Amino acid sequence: MAKITKANSLGEWFDQRLNTTAFTKVMMTEYWIPKDINFLWAMGVVLAVTFKILIISGIFLMMYYKPDVNMAFDSVNYTIMQEVAYGWLFRHMHGVAASVIFLVIYIHMFTGIYYGSYKKGREMIWITGMLLFVTFSAAGFSGYMLPWGQMSYWAASVITNLFAGGSLEAWGLVEWIRGGFTVNDATLTRFFMLHVFLLPLAIIMIIAVHFYTLRIPHVNNQNSADIDFDAEAEKYLSGDKKGSKVIPFWPVFLSKDFAVLGVFFIFYFYLVFFHFNFAMDPVNFDPADSMKTPAHIYPEWYFLWSYETLRGPFFDMMGMKAADIGLIIFGMAQGIFLVFPFLDRDPDVLPAHKRPLFNIWFWLLLLDLIVLSVYGKLPPSGANAYVGFAATAVFLALWAALPIITKIDAKRRGAV
Amino acid sequence: MRELKILAVLVVFTGLLYFGVEPYAHTQLHKHVDAPEYSFKDVDGLKGMTGNAKAGEAIVQANCIACHALEKIGFPKLMDDATSAASYGVVPPDLSTSGLLYNADYLAAFIKNPAKATQTEHKFKDGAVHPMPNYDWMQPQEIADMVSYLQSIAPKSVTNKEAFADACQRCHAIKYGDMLNGTMASFTPDSNIKAYMGKMPPDLSQYIKSRSEQYLHEFVNAPQKHLDGTAMPRVGLTEAAEAQVIDYMIEVGDSSRDARAELGPKFLIYFLIFAIFAWLWKAKIWRDLH
Repeated sequence: MAKITKANSLGEWFDQRLNTTAFTKVMMTEYWIPKDINFLWAMGVVLAVTFKILIISGIFLMMYYKPDVNMAFDSVNYTIMQEVAYGWLFRHMHGVAASVIFLVIYIHMFTGIYYGSYKKGREMIWITGMLLFVTFSAAGFSGYMLPWGQMSYWAASVITNLFAGGSLEAWGLVEWIRGGFTVNDATLTRFFMLHVFLLPLAIIMIIAVHFYTLRIPHVNNQNSADIDFDAEAEKYLSGDKKGSKVIPFWPVFLSKDFAVLGVFFIFYFYLVFFHFNFAMDPVNFDPADSMKTPAHIYPEWYFLWSYETLRGPFFDMMGMKAADIGLIIFGMAQGIFLVFPFLDRDPDVLPAHKRPLFNIWFWLLLLDLIVLSVYGKLPPSGANAYVGFAATAVFLALWAALPIITKIDAKRRGAV
Repeated sequence: MRELKILAVLVVFTGLLYFGVEPYAHTQLHKHVDAPEYSFKDVDGLKGMTGNAKAGEAIVQANCIACHALEKIGFPKLMDDATSAASYGVVPPDLSTSGLLYNADYLAAFIKNPAKATQTEHKFKDGAVHPMPNYDWMQPQEIADMVSYLQSIAPKSVTNKEAFADACQRCHAIKYGDMLNGTMASFTPDSNIKAYMGKMPPDLSQYIKSRSEQYLHEFVNAPQKHLDGTAMPRVGLTEAAEAQVIDYMIEVGDSSRDARAELGPKFLIYFLIFAIFAWLWKAKIWRDLH
């Protein structure tokens, strides 16, 4: 039983009951982060804030949205966009945040890859992060269906179709996912449930785990230096702030995050007010019509690279159908990042510029993903199809090469 | 300095990706057509002839009002919309504003040969005929007189909504224009218009969003350029009337446009100030650390 005495302040009253002073220390003022960081280390907080924007704007949108095939389109495009006060603002904030959050996720991911922040004890940070990528992707996909426009409908058809597994023809599974033979009212309602309940719940829980995974191995730093956090924290607390290699989460680390957030908000709200079309495809402002296939079907930009690995192999090879090969590569593309820590055979944690071959690998992967993304949107005809195929081949080759080149880097350094 | 370098890398790669999947991809996904041409040089028009409105009045009354209303000068519709749609296939337009909305050369060409002027001859073959007969048997002067008369009775200006109603609403609904009362449904009942056009002409409520403004101008001006073989007629709107039609589509389909322009800068100024204070606070805190 805690010792309860008459409290002299509200803070003390809570402290006696909830141990708030100790809690604040553990979570904020004595949660230590390396000092040698750059603004890329702010992306985690930027993501958390963007996710909060999504939740808040989503709650407002949910007050008027109707998950019914006969009402969904008008509830979004008429009720919310034209009738509800500032409904357009919440929709734009939600749509743009959903798009921008993927940009920040990719930056966050590639920061981790560049600085090697996924290995030597940090594997769980990486894996929970990738689980967040998967759940965010599912949230993005399910949310895209809700306005029930042409792209909503056809993207849902194409993606749910993938669960048939190509030549496996698992149509029973597709039907089970859709709740019918085709994408229909039941599909819309269940994706609504996923989007507003199950996925956000899963995301919030995984975020909690993701934050927790940081506590034991600690946050990495710009030069991947191995820091004795206890000794450095001691130094900081004793007043040697200049000499210490660590900083507390609050206020020092967060002060930098707020500064980065300020710039991010300017960028984000510029997009919300003046440049939102990239996040709201024009085709989706035509109501869903199962009798009329749009001329071009493509996903949102953040899925384009994996979409291109799906359709990249456009001819049959080795006795396999093109569609099956595409599906296998697509499946691999979804999972391969998850096992990144185990494909990297270099035991040292170092930034990419100190790992010669890995450095080349890193920039090639980035460029290849951009090429895949661009050709994932272009119509796959003529030369485009070959560029897409080549970029898919490069994508596969890069992953096959990763264990080898990381091993060579380590050998040359004398680490193995 | 290093942070700026990192930012530059970030901006370059993000910019490259953005350029590829947005502006560049869109140039590859959409058809390019010539800019709209509002003088309708290709039509068999007035050829510089000027008409006599007084003479035109008699010709119009003898030839047009059996089917067309001229509501504004006292010739009301003879039948309700459903009945006239059943009789003609599509509700014939009231001609009160036609002298203002449509190009004069186009009007002349239309009266002579509607299917040709509207570029929908592919629809009217194998026995199918345009519901309005050709008047190319008339003297060119008579046609010029009619055009002149229609111009003389037309109002000096119409509202955007009137322009849309007269130019588009016989076939197209724009239900967001009046969601509660349904007055912005198409004049021709759905079953008739579907039979007449071959398929249901789309509701235009969100066309300002699903098609760009540029596309709408190009398309309305000459539908065949974008959609080869479409049943949508070229209607011959003047540049000003077409702008009014599209303004109406903006009012209905993108009603937050002004609010965005008004509120956006305020948000940006607020966050600019936020960012300045945040940087100052950061600088103050980090000063003790280096």
